[in-house]
Amino acid sequence: MNWLNLLILIIQAFVITLAVTTAFAYLTLFERRLLARFQNRVGPNRAGPGGFLQPLADAVKLFFKEDVVPAAADRPVYLLAPALAVIPAIIIWAVIPFGCLNLNWDYRACFADPQTSNVWNILQIAEINVGVLYLFAVTGIGVYGITLAGWASNNKYSMLGGIRSSAQLISYELALSCAVLGVVMTYSSLSTAQIVYQQGGLWGIVPQFLGFVLFMVASTAEVVRAPFDLVEAEQELVGGYNTEYGSMKFALFFMTEYIKLIAISAIAVTFFFGGWRFPGLQTLGRGMEDLAGPVVASLVVGLVSLGAFLLKLVAFLFVSVWIRASWPRLRYDRLMTLGWKWLLPLGLINLVYTAVTFVIVPDQRLASFILLALSLITLAVAVGFSSVPQPVDNVTYVKDLRQGSVLPPAPAETEESQPAPTSPRQPVSSQG
Amino acid sequence: MDFVLFFITAAVALIGAIAMLVARNAVHSALFLLLNFAAIAVLFLLLQSPFLFAIQFTVYAGAIMVLFLFVVMLLGAERVEDTPDRIPWQRPLAFVLGVALVAVAVAGVLRGVWEEPPGGEAAAAFGDPAQLGALLFTDYLLPFQVTGIILLIAVVGVAVLNQRGRAAPAARRTPTGE
Repeated sequence: MNWLNLLILIIQAFVITLAVTTAFAYLTLFERRLLARFQNRVGPNRAGPGGFLQPLADAVKLFFKEDVVPAAADRPVYLLAPALAVIPAIIIWAVIPFGCLNLNWDYRACFADPQTSNVWNILQIAEINVGVLYLFAVTGIGVYGITLAGWASNNKYSMLGGIRSSAQLISYELALSCAVLGVVMTYSSLSTAQIVYQQGGLWGIVPQFLGFVLFMVASTAEVVRAPFDLVEAEQELVGGYNTEYGSMKFALFFMTEYIKLIAISAIAVTFFFGGWRFPGLQTLGRGMEDLAGPVVASLVVGLVSLGAFLLKLVAFLFVSVWIRASWPRLRYDRLMTLGWKWLLPLGLINLVYTAVTFVIVPDQRLASFILLALSLITLAVAVGFSSVPQPVDNVTYVKDLRQGSVLPPAPAETEESQPAPTSPRQPVSSQG
Repeated sequence: MDFVLFFITAAVALIGAIAMLVARNAVHSALFLLLNFAAIAVLFLLLQSPFLFAIQFTVYAGAIMVLFLFVVMLLGAERVEDTPDRIPWQRPLAFVLGVALVAVAVAGVLRGVWEEPPGGEAAAAFGDPAQLGALLFTDYLLPFQVTGIILLIAVVGVAVLNQRGRAAPAARRTPTGE
């Protein structure tokens, strides 16, 4: 590696860091405006035209807040936790291809097998043969920031948030891995560029529809967003793991969450929606080469592919905001049931489907559509089973507490102004 | 450049390992161990083995250390070192065993340092995940399957041990037993 390459790499890393940070700032505005629309409000529209400067105002406000470290906190870990949270969220971007701008000035190399073609793609920082494993490695260490923040704050609400987060992330990482493993088996590669290349013609959502559904659910849980945001359930935990954090340190946690959301959406685009590929891109490249030569052609292909990638990304982010506006938060035991009893078995079934279908049916395209049919049938069956009411055995009824010798009859009930209930009361928590 | 990177990484790994031993707080120890794992992962990367780098991160940093931390936090066991040892002979024994280990390691290094490492330059496809997978399912199929069965037994064991004392439904209905 010579010094020029190193310099380009450093510039790339710098640009991507700034880009995702800016994207985070405007995602908050995007989300607030959209949520406002979903709830029939207006949303922040005062700072600048259309509220465009609102993120800037928020950033300035957070910068100038007083920075307090609680006296009982474990100071080094307390200070380290926001950094440990935000670093994985940024370095995860290293292997995601945002487009294909070939610096060897040949747009055709972008559409050829990346293992053999002579492509120097400046829109992907690192093309390594274990890209998918890298993604898992980085998401795996993402849990530390939240967990340690909860522990180091020395606050019971933070602690509960931290413990919830580790339990939730560990549970859903398995389902997430299973979903992505299906993609890896379909394209028999761990390299992100190779996976994008092989989705030319047919996007990954067709052979891996079940994997896509699992990925969407598990990744929403992995970035602790609604409806899986028990980690920061305001009603129960004040603020969750970040209760004791203020000023920029709070902003870093906020940033982590949103950058992770963008990253996981980008991964979904890469694995299931053809990455930067778009119909007609190759034709456009050919036309531009005839018109203005190879350099312009690769520049145009690069920019248009980046635009296509960003378009798909924004569509995913919109869906994510939509989900947040529509679904209430899950109860904790149902979160665990969903992760372990539904997503993980479905993920394993998906692996079996993928393996068996691609061995039995040699034609890739036919196998893809067979897999799509199998996925749809399995999903229909799973949804049917899950809507059958289950016998309720994990709730405590107040009448049981009274009648059994577990608790003495509560005298406080009769002293209240409301009449003592004569009919059996509602269960404390119902398996709705 | 590789040389400089190697010394920095090795120093970080050593500092992490020593700090893990001397830290009084179990969570701090876990974090220093994490630093050590990360440095070792970077060493794998310097040896042109991105696969081992990713595995080191996923398995050790991402899974094992998170579980350690989770258990330490859940039990509130950060300060358990402050109480006197229940097994008085374990510290001297650990010291003796440690010295023996260092002696073996030093002997190994002294014997190996004057010889060229076997095999010379690694092949370009060394550590390629596809080759590794193929080996696991052909030459090393039996060890692979045996490992899987051992892990399955461990999972079943945990489930069985966890069920003990939960059989009676009356006991479960207590307010604290929820």
